[in-house]
Amino acid sequence: MIDKKDVEYAAGLAQLKLDEEEKEKYTEQIGEILDYVDKLSELDTDDVVPTAYTVPMKNVLREDKVQESLPREKSLSNAPDEKDGQFRAPKIMSD
Amino acid sequence: MNIYDLTIHELKEKIAAGELTPVEIKKAFADRINDVENKVKSYITVTDELADEQLKDFDNKKKEILAGIPIAVKDNMSTDGIKTSCASKMLENYKPPYDATVVEKLNEAGAVIMGKTNMDEFAMGSSTENSAFFNTHNPWNLSHAPGGSSGGSAAAVAAGECAAALGSDTGGSIRQPASYCGVVGLKPTYGMVSRYGLVAFASSLDQIGPITKDVEDSAILMNVIAGHDPKDSTSIEGKKEDYTDYLKEDVKGMKIGIPEEYFNLDFDQEVKNSVMSAVDKLKEAGAEVETVHMTDASYALAAYYVIAPAEASSNLARYDGVRYGLRSEHASDVSEMFTNTRHEGFGDEVKRRIMIGTYALSSGYYDAYYLKAQKVRTLIKDDFDRIFNDFDLIITPTAPTTAMKLDSNKDPLEMYYSDIFTVPINIAGVPAMSVPCGFDSNEMPIGLQLIGPHFGEGKIIQAAYTLEKLLNIKDKRAEL
Repeated sequence: MIDKKDVEYAAGLAQLKLDEEEKEKYTEQIGEILDYVDKLSELDTDDVVPTAYTVPMKNVLREDKVQESLPREKSLSNAPDEKDGQFRAPKIMSD
Repeated sequence: MNIYDLTIHELKEKIAAGELTPVEIKKAFADRINDVENKVKSYITVTDELADEQLKDFDNKKKEILAGIPIAVKDNMSTDGIKTSCASKMLENYKPPYDATVVEKLNEAGAVIMGKTNMDEFAMGSSTENSAFFNTHNPWNLSHAPGGSSGGSAAAVAAGECAAALGSDTGGSIRQPASYCGVVGLKPTYGMVSRYGLVAFASSLDQIGPITKDVEDSAILMNVIAGHDPKDSTSIEGKKEDYTDYLKEDVKGMKIGIPEEYFNLDFDQEVKNSVMSAVDKLKEAGAEVETVHMTDASYALAAYYVIAPAEASSNLARYDGVRYGLRSEHASDVSEMFTNTRHEGFGDEVKRRIMIGTYALSSGYYDAYYLKAQKVRTLIKDDFDRIFNDFDLIITPTAPTTAMKLDSNKDPLEMYYSDIFTVPINIAGVPAMSVPCGFDSNEMPIGLQLIGPHFGEGKIIQAAYTLEKLLNIKDKRAEL
C-alpha cells in the first residue's frame, strides 16, 4: 500500500513540487489505481517474455554523414533565455 | 446540404466538376467556424492565415489527393511557426521550428489547415476536460463532453468546422471521441503512421489517425498519412496500400468474432443493443459471426495504467524550462527552476500520471509493476493473434456509454473505465475503427469498434464501409 512518504519520494524523483493537499489526494488516488493494477498478479506470467513493441522492431542505423539540421537560431527560437547563441539557465552551483 | 456538411470525397467531386472552388469551400468552413465555434469550442488556434496561404498554392497542387480540402489538426502535432500547445500551460507559447511528418504530408497533398484542435492536456484524458484552457462541447448536445483526448478534432468534424481531422490515439483517444461525436475514427496499426513531430505521451502506444465524416474519407486520409518515415525509427517499412481499394460493399464469408468477455462487462444496455443489431445486419449481409473467448479487458486496462504513465513520466521529463516551453520566474537556482516550472506548467491529471509512472519505474517496484505489465502485454497480444488465426475481425462497442455530461466529477478510475474497450487494442498494437451504429434514447451517437490484425486496416475499412451502407445513418448531422 502506497503512503505519503512514497508519494513524496516519487515526486522528488519526478522533480514535482506537491503541496500538502496534493500529497494527500495523490496518496489516496494513486493507491486506488495501484490496487486496481494489482489484479495483474492474478495472471501467471512466470514463463512469459515481456513485450515492449508489438510489431517487429530492429535497430535503425544510417551512415555517419553530416545532414541538414535545424539552424541555431531556429533551435533557440523557443528558449526562455539565451546568451551568445546558447541556452541560458539559472546557476547550478550554490555560492 | 450545406458545403460544410460535405465529406472529403464529395468536396473533391464538386471541385472536379467545377461546381465549387477551393476559395468558396474554405470560406464556407471559415464562416461555419465563426458561426458555431463559440458554442462548440473545438479549436485552440484557428489558422486562417495559413489556410489562405495554402489556398494560393492550389493551382500547383490541383492533382494532389487533398487539394483544397479543409483539415483540422490536433494540437499535439507540430506545425512550423504555429502554436502547438498540447492544451498545456507548459507549451502555451510554444511554436515548433518544424512540421510533424503528418503535417508535411497534409501540405504536400494540398490540404488547407483550418486550425489546431483542443484536447486533454498532453492527450491524457477521455473527455477533453483536462485541457488547461477550456472545455469543448459535444455538437450533439452542448452540455455533454466530446470525449477525449482528441475531443476537439472529433467535435470539429461533427460540427462541420472542417471536412476531416487528425487525432492521436494512445488508449482510445481517436475512437472514443469519434464514437461520442457520431463520426468515424481510425487508429492504425502501431508504426503505420509516422510519429515524428507528434508530442510524445506513451511512445510504444501512440499512433496518429484520421477522424472523418465517413469511411471513404478515412481511407482517403490514410492514403495521405500512412507510410514509412526515416525520421521515426518505429515506423513500419513495407509497400504502400491504396486503402480506397477496400471501399467495397461486401462482407460475404468474412469471419467476425464477438468476444463474450467484453460483452459481459458492465455497460450501457442501449449501447449493447445498438451494437448487436448492427452485428445482425452484417450477418444478414453474409458475414459469419461467432462468439469467441478472450482475456478479460480489465487486465489490459490494468497493464495500460502502468505502461502509459511509465512511458509518460520518461517522455515528460524533458519539460524542465531550459530549452523551450514554460520557465518559472520564481526560482533562485536551477533545481528550484525545474520543480517550480513543472509545478506551474502541468495540470492535475498529468502530474498524477507522472507520479504513477515514476513510482512504477522506481527501484524495488520495477519488476512488480512495469515488467509484470510488459509480460501481460505479451499475453494480450498473443490473445489477439490467436483469434486472428481464425477470424478476419473482432467487433466490440467503442465505449461503455454514450458521451458523459461535462463537469460530471468522475474520479480518475471511473474515467479510465471509459477506455475499457479501446485500451486493449493499443496494448496489442492492432488497428481498430469506431463507426457510428445508432443513437441512444437521448439522441446521442453510439459507436461500434471493428478490430483487425496487424496491418488489417483494409478489411476493417471494407466491413465498416459495408456497415455504413447497411445502416444508412451517415448523413445525419448534429444540429447547432
